[in-house]
Amino acid sequence: MHASLPDANTLIARLADAIAPTLTPDTLIVGIHTGGVWVAERLHGLLQCAQPLGTLDISFYRDDFSRIGLHPQVKPSNLPFDLEGRAILLVDDVLHTGRTVRAAMNELFDYGRPASIRLAVLVDRGGHELPIRPDFAGLTITVPDHQNINLSRLDDGHLTLTLA
Amino acid sequence: MNLQLTEDGRLRHLLTLDGLPRAIIMQILDTAESFMDVGEREVKKVPLLRGKSIFNLFFEPSTRTRTTFEIAAKRLSADVVNLNIATSSQTKGEAILDTVDNLAAMHADMFIVRHSQSGAAHFIAQHVAPHISVVNAGDGRHAHPTQGLLDMFTIRRYKGEFHNLTVAIVGDVLHSRVARSQIHALTTLGVPEVRVIGPKTLLPTGVEQMGVKVFHDMEDGLAGCDVVIMLRLQNERMKGARLPSAQEYFKFFGLTPEKLALAKPDAIVMHPGPMNRGVEIASEVADGPQSVILPQVTYGIAVRMAVMAMLAGTGNA
Repeated sequence: MHASLPDANTLIARLADAIAPTLTPDTLIVGIHTGGVWVAERLHGLLQCAQPLGTLDISFYRDDFSRIGLHPQVKPSNLPFDLEGRAILLVDDVLHTGRTVRAAMNELFDYGRPASIRLAVLVDRGGHELPIRPDFAGLTITVPDHQNINLSRLDDGHLTLTLA
Repeated sequence: MNLQLTEDGRLRHLLTLDGLPRAIIMQILDTAESFMDVGEREVKKVPLLRGKSIFNLFFEPSTRTRTTFEIAAKRLSADVVNLNIATSSQTKGEAILDTVDNLAAMHADMFIVRHSQSGAAHFIAQHVAPHISVVNAGDGRHAHPTQGLLDMFTIRRYKGEFHNLTVAIVGDVLHSRVARSQIHALTTLGVPEVRVIGPKTLLPTGVEQMGVKVFHDMEDGLAGCDVVIMLRLQNERMKGARLPSAQEYFKFFGLTPEKLALAKPDAIVMHPGPMNRGVEIASEVADGPQSVILPQVTYGIAVRMAVMAMLAGTGNA
């Protein structure tokens, strides 16, 4: 199964090509920790975005907090800009249930009221539980519920997708 | 059995820093760090504790501690009820548990407890239902763990590390729950030299067994310190036979710019508040460039948010 997944870097390039024609100069790219930040960093470079990159850790907004508690390693969210009235491109690695994206949007709105939010994901694996769909997806596949797609980063910065 | 931790080692209640594992303390400090920016947002809240009820149960007066617990709970979107329960001479153990039972019947999720009796929070923690957490907000002379934690957070913010520091705690260690919590945290975090400085009448006998060096003289004790923590001298101590007068105390143990100059040039000055200016600390020092006393108050909110978030996450597991 592992070999059947495309190369992550190829997918990111494909994603960047799809986003490029729609990207306005004032668009802010925001990645969701941890995998989404890796993808957002690449897109930020490929798209030659002049705005600073934003990062979100949605641990404080998760809807399963009361069941699983606080993630032991919460990273600070870093949005080095005023997002009031701005266009946001929200980036995550894998779209599954949509709950992470919902939490991320809730958090974004606590910083201000963006003009628009679009969603770019490396992989849309299906299994959505909320009315959330990506505006851009590098790969759209259907993966059974008991399996997970993971993005990992090697020491040299190389990104790899695995199915387990 | 450790009442503070669950079987799998997560925080269940916060009652004392004595014996609290280093990993838990570091987790609290790291979590607090990530809460630091919440106070600077457009919406100064995160939804973590939405729908939870937190009761501030204060059997002893407090302004700063109660207020920062209240702000912390509100920034986590919890509902907060403040109860200031005057302790009459009739108040007995049973009466406290009656109060707790009544509040539990109102579906409390967490109690923040301040009491003049050592062990009060512990006593309540033993009694409550499994889904309720208890935070000790100061019990007698015993412990004030969130103050100790916010002091560690402050030290880490200004000094970065703990393993290379010399820290002095100055004043009435004997009656201070804050000092006890600080000493436990500093030694757990690996501070190589923790000093206590004060007159013999205000240092507990056998305090060396807590892993501290004892000094009765400010000149010796402050030399080479990275952090100077001043303790509040309670006025009632003067009325007893422990001290001659406030002026006399200030002369020997009050922190003046001249005495502070004996510590390292970049030493920071801390105080848990409320301060007695001109008794344990001179105004020039309290308001001076080395003072981090007001940042301590701000950090106290993030640290209390971290503790409450970790407890709420554990209580419902």
